[in-house]
Amino acid sequence: MMVQTFVTLLAVISPLFFIGLINKVKAIWAGRKGASLFQPYYDFMRLLGKGEVISTTTSFVFRVAPSLNVAAVLLALMVVPVPHFGSVIHFDGDFVLFAYALGLAKFLTVIAALDTGSSFEGMGASREVAFSTIVEPAFFVVIGSLALLTQHTSFDSIFASFSTTSRVTPLVTILLLVSLFIMLLAEGSRVPVDDPNTHLELTMIHEVMVLDYSGPDLAFIQYSAALKMTIISILIADLIVPASWTMIPALLLSAIIVGIVFASVGMVESLIARARISHIPQFLLVMTTLSLTAFAVVSFYFFGSIR
Amino acid sequence: MPDVNWIEMKNLQPVALEDIPVIPVEELRSDVIERVKSGGRLVQFFGSKTSDGTMLYAVLADDNASRLFVSSSRFNGIASYSAMTPDLPSAHLYEREFYEEFGILPDGHPWLKPVRKGTPGIDESETPYEFFSMQGEEVHEVGVGPIHAGVIEPGHFRFSCHGEKVYHLEIKLGFQHRGVEELFVKNRNRPLYLEKLSESVAGDTVVGHAGGFIRAVESLADVAVSRRAKAIRTVALELERIAVHLGDLSALSGDVAYLTGNSVFGALRTRVINTTMSICGNRFGRGLVTAGGVNFDITPELQESILSMVDRLDIDVALAAEVLFSSASVLERFEKTGVVDRDAAASIGMVGPAARASGIAVDVRSDHPFGGFEFVPVHKLTLQGGDVFARAYIRFVEIQQSMRIIRQQLMGMSDEASKKNVGTLRRDSLVTSLTEAWRGEIAYTVITDANGEIARVKVKDPSFNNWFALSLAVRGEGISDFPLCNKSFNLSYSGFDL
Repeated sequence: MMVQTFVTLLAVISPLFFIGLINKVKAIWAGRKGASLFQPYYDFMRLLGKGEVISTTTSFVFRVAPSLNVAAVLLALMVVPVPHFGSVIHFDGDFVLFAYALGLAKFLTVIAALDTGSSFEGMGASREVAFSTIVEPAFFVVIGSLALLTQHTSFDSIFASFSTTSRVTPLVTILLLVSLFIMLLAEGSRVPVDDPNTHLELTMIHEVMVLDYSGPDLAFIQYSAALKMTIISILIADLIVPASWTMIPALLLSAIIVGIVFASVGMVESLIARARISHIPQFLLVMTTLSLTAFAVVSFYFFGSIR
Repeated sequence: MPDVNWIEMKNLQPVALEDIPVIPVEELRSDVIERVKSGGRLVQFFGSKTSDGTMLYAVLADDNASRLFVSSSRFNGIASYSAMTPDLPSAHLYEREFYEEFGILPDGHPWLKPVRKGTPGIDESETPYEFFSMQGEEVHEVGVGPIHAGVIEPGHFRFSCHGEKVYHLEIKLGFQHRGVEELFVKNRNRPLYLEKLSESVAGDTVVGHAGGFIRAVESLADVAVSRRAKAIRTVALELERIAVHLGDLSALSGDVAYLTGNSVFGALRTRVINTTMSICGNRFGRGLVTAGGVNFDITPELQESILSMVDRLDIDVALAAEVLFSSASVLERFEKTGVVDRDAAASIGMVGPAARASGIAVDVRSDHPFGGFEFVPVHKLTLQGGDVFARAYIRFVEIQQSMRIIRQQLMGMSDEASKKNVGTLRRDSLVTSLTEAWRGEIAYTVITDANGEIARVKVKDPSFNNWFALSLAVRGEGISDFPLCNKSFNLSYSGFDL
């Protein structure tokens, strides 16, 4: 129990470190030395110590959204199993809770953006929602394939039995890995879906929705985005780390995988440009295609003739 | 085209005011329209207050013949004339500017909005500026600026959109108006002030603007600058071009979140501006150009180091450009984005690299050679696309061309003095000085009075010609591509606002 708590705590405090890792990778690619890996923590503390400017056109929605946002993402973390340790809470169908906890976080960001009445933020909100309608169903196909393959409907039991399996597991793993990585880029607002570093409000998606935030609320929003990416990368680790591994190797390998995932985000951001907004749906549909392929493979395995 | 209505001159060739024909405005109007339709180009169109009314001057260029033509018309008690703009779209801003400054109404002008000072007789705090607006159920407007998210100059952009698609962009400028033209006249007895002022018209075009103004003054004073000074000025002008083009390629990469291009081109730019600093002590070339020559000579050692910098830069730019222009994700953003086709570009009178990227062969260095270009010819480079890619790629090609020019100029330097004394200016004369700066054609027209003192300075930055092209470029594009289109033109606010 002690260890379980420790691992959960680790997942809660590590996200900002991984953001630092992305920035470090990008700095190295750009030929710079780059800031310390812990810089996001300093930024977080700095923002917590600042005052806030709250637009007079906003209502209470704007003020409560960031805190609720963090709470919703933390709730999503609770149902995600860490390899070997399992999840804090689990029940049949908990992945629906997961999907809609993340959905709630997004909903809060969107209505807070609309609450400001700014045309920029409205534009960002409309983009965010439009792209979510592609990512969300694709995520359910990802989970659907896993549920069908393992015959379980809770994250915890899905991953407990995922690696001890069939001939199609390697193929399904690869398809879902890429699928989840695309989801991570989309949910984390990274290149090529969004550009987290731009100052050009007309091109932004996520950043433009939080333009009006400052101080602790901004710190929460940045933390919540980092946490969301960490959660999805833990899911990626779940796919790879065998459930039978003992505590230390499982934990080490998971940490390495999460690190590699974030470093890859940094690599992607260094090496390719951001896609044109009108082409982002095409990129996101790759996730849909891959997850549907995985689903088809699993279906064939059960109902067809790959047995 | 010998014509009694116009006097022919060349770039930097002064003419006496009494030799400039004064014709009725109707004739001037139809002449300008006719000449521009048959291949001429409107370079300057401006007013000047005199003791007996307002003079309107029009300067046209015949680029193929390397000739300029000037004519004028006197307004004495006439409060309006029939606007040219309906027949000649490229005149639209010039006519608005003339109306704003002198209150003479271009009758029938379709878009008579303020340029920079506000409409005469209208207080903007009572009657606010009215933007063009679209009606419709899902049509929305987005206003950006005048204060922007980045550290850039002020300007307001008003988009009329349907969803993500832009139907119209209206650009409102003038926030940076400092009264540059008045300052030129007010401080006409302070030569150093005038040089500093010309360097500050547009902070990113120091050598271009200072060179343009100072050459006008020199030609009015009949000073023939030494070939050595011309070479040094040309080197500085081309270094400026390379530096800004590199900076633009870096910023274009940054706008599409392409980190490699952003950092590599940014680093290369530093090398170039540091070279300018090694010549004159300032990275942007301030203090280099002065009336009569240059303030700083290039020693043989410096010449060597500039040449070796150029050699290394040549290799590195080629490498970086190959990476940038072969990256699929970058091409996807650049290609077919923000297209200004050749006809549109010609009809609105675009200049500079942006015009050349749309297939229009205008380049003052070749059409109306000045300074070092009198000795070493320059080829006009054009591309056909008119999109962001073309405007990015032409920068790369021009960087390479500029490096060749720098080598030629440095090799051909004579041993004369780099500075001469400048005496008094011709009386009652007019001269037009055209300069191809990195952004395009800068035009200075300087008029002197009966005492040989500056009576009027008309400045035209290339931004004046090209801002409207940005509006055309974003029509039908996604609003998220606006920043990229904007950067591909990289126009000056202060150069426009004066």
